[in-house]
Amino acid sequence: MSLILNIAVDGIAYGMILFMISIGLSVTMGLMRVINLAHGAFALLGGAAAHALIARAGLSFMAAALLAIMATMAIAFLLERLVYRRIYGLGELQQVLATIGITFIFIALVNRLLGSSLLAIPLPDFLQQSVDLGFRVLPAHRLAVILAGAVVIAGLYLTIERSRFGTRLRAAVDNRSIASALGINIDAVFAATFCLGAGLAALGGILGAELLPIDAYYPLRYMVLFLIVVSVGGMGSITGSFMAALALGILETASRYLIPDFGTIVFFAAVMAVLAIRPRGLLGKA
Amino acid sequence: MNNLVRAALAAAMATLCAGACWADTIKVGVIAEFSGPFAIYGKQYKEAIETYVAQHGSQSGGHDIEFIYKDVGGANPDLAKTLAQELLIRDRVNYLAGLTFTPNALALAPLIEQSETPTVIFNAATSAINKQSPYFLRTSYTLWQVSTPLADWAYDQGIHTVVTAVSDYGPGIDAENAFKAAFEKKGGKVIDTIRMPLATTDFTPFIQRVRSQAPNGVFAFLPGGPPTFGFTKSYNENGLAKEGIRFLGTAETEESNLQALGDAAIGLTTAFHYSEAHDSDVNAAFTKKLGELSAGAVANWASVGAYDGTHLIYKMVEAAGADGPKAIEAVKSLKWESPRGPVEMDPKTRTLIQNVYIRDVERDKDSGRLVNREKGVIATVGDLGWTD
Repeated sequence: MSLILNIAVDGIAYGMILFMISIGLSVTMGLMRVINLAHGAFALLGGAAAHALIARAGLSFMAAALLAIMATMAIAFLLERLVYRRIYGLGELQQVLATIGITFIFIALVNRLLGSSLLAIPLPDFLQQSVDLGFRVLPAHRLAVILAGAVVIAGLYLTIERSRFGTRLRAAVDNRSIASALGINIDAVFAATFCLGAGLAALGGILGAELLPIDAYYPLRYMVLFLIVVSVGGMGSITGSFMAALALGILETASRYLIPDFGTIVFFAAVMAVLAIRPRGLLGKA
Repeated sequence: MNNLVRAALAAAMATLCAGACWADTIKVGVIAEFSGPFAIYGKQYKEAIETYVAQHGSQSGGHDIEFIYKDVGGANPDLAKTLAQELLIRDRVNYLAGLTFTPNALALAPLIEQSETPTVIFNAATSAINKQSPYFLRTSYTLWQVSTPLADWAYDQGIHTVVTAVSDYGPGIDAENAFKAAFEKKGGKVIDTIRMPLATTDFTPFIQRVRSQAPNGVFAFLPGGPPTFGFTKSYNENGLAKEGIRFLGTAETEESNLQALGDAAIGLTTAFHYSEAHDSDVNAAFTKKLGELSAGAVANWASVGAYDGTHLIYKMVEAAGADGPKAIEAVKSLKWESPRGPVEMDPKTRTLIQNVYIRDVERDKDSGRLVNREKGVIATVGDLGWTD
């Protein structure tokens, strides 16, 4: 019994972290249809900025996280205006090459400025304690991540499915020229969505850092993980990413408890099975 | 000045030049990582070499010494071999050095055998490398060298049951075998051996498995960086220390990532050959100079391996100039005081005989930084993994 509870608790906590670190990609790649391999670079920027603000400037965790996310969004805005606008229209392979190039630039930049060792983001005391669940203890930051994940999924659902902005965005993605002819300011919608994606990447980088620590090579080290969550969830579906992240988190945790020697194989076999049966992902649009 | 004196002087100069030839340049090729995920190693080697040069001058035995750095980018034996060829043929280097990864070192064996080039390994820690060529010398350590004394020490401390948790790759399995062999020989019991995939990001399931078996200690071996970070965090958060399950490690708390581990690292016990906080004049001078030359630099196993390697090269150049076989002969049982403590070259394995210290992570009162505080020497050993 306690084994099942352990798997459930750890699986959900891990799944939420997977969700948090890949949700930004779900927005840029899933919704905007730009193969944004630089997603990890924005997470790295957010994490590195938070590290620098806490460790070097002495800010509190909350203030540093907020500033870091805003700084990442500002950089993303500039990049969108200068570079990404040209990338939207390119073919898939060119998008891959362009965005991976951007990733390398950011890796080199962080490496130059902060070095290639781990960049710790120390948590405030209330997130560092352990919470007693009765049958075991769970670190408070994992609970915070679960909470943050729930807030993000609810917020995104309302923004994209229920708000006017969401309608415009979906229209713009589905048919650019008609949406534009109907008077939707496509440039503004895309810029705002891209910044949102980058901001979420930064948030995920900072909140996920307890499990996936930030260092200069972060974007490449976890790129496969981000891409798996988004492709299993289905392009263009926030709910799909959420379900995929939770399912993969629970599956991986369960396999590590039950058959630890095959943990990684189970994970990738499941990914292959899902994509073989549903090539567009769990909730992907045909 | 008459002609006779002039002729005598000219003759003397000619003789000198033909012999030792003063002010010639001995070149050392350093093959290491200067880009990619392991770029920090190359940086640390370079910093340590520059520190040694700053302390001892750029000459040894009347020869100028010049270092040429080549970037191999990671475990890439083909590139390592190409770079070594380039260094030997085009740059005409007399010595080779660096080498973080075992495959890179192994790839060089036939080349240095042919060119009779002494090659100082700063890290690559597999025992078998030095058997491939008599021109290999190593100034790092081997896994057996630290894991075996740790097992002995743990048993003597009353830790009689242990679970081993290692990353599932070559060095991890070596460490598991070394620890298990020594621990069981002492009479201890290894209850469970866990091998964790290299790609693991969430270590909680493994930590829970350790916890449920309630051993006296957990022996861990993981590559530096994110895996170590994740494992020690989970160890701490799940309250294993409070339940009396002691952490036993080796390189996990090495200095370049120690500050990032944060308070979670306090109390972790490791057996290792070098701590930045080693209390000696040589180490104080080394770390001070290192800090002066490169602001924010930390000294760890990579720095001390390169520093001692440079010392070895200086001694070889002093004794034999560019003569490879003679150089090896001159240093193969050399003793000196290293920043890590007293060391000695073992003529058979050409690896260092050195002290293994038991250390606990503490927060230093003066600097506020985390340090590996040495609690004592638990063994003075050479390469225990060597088989004839």
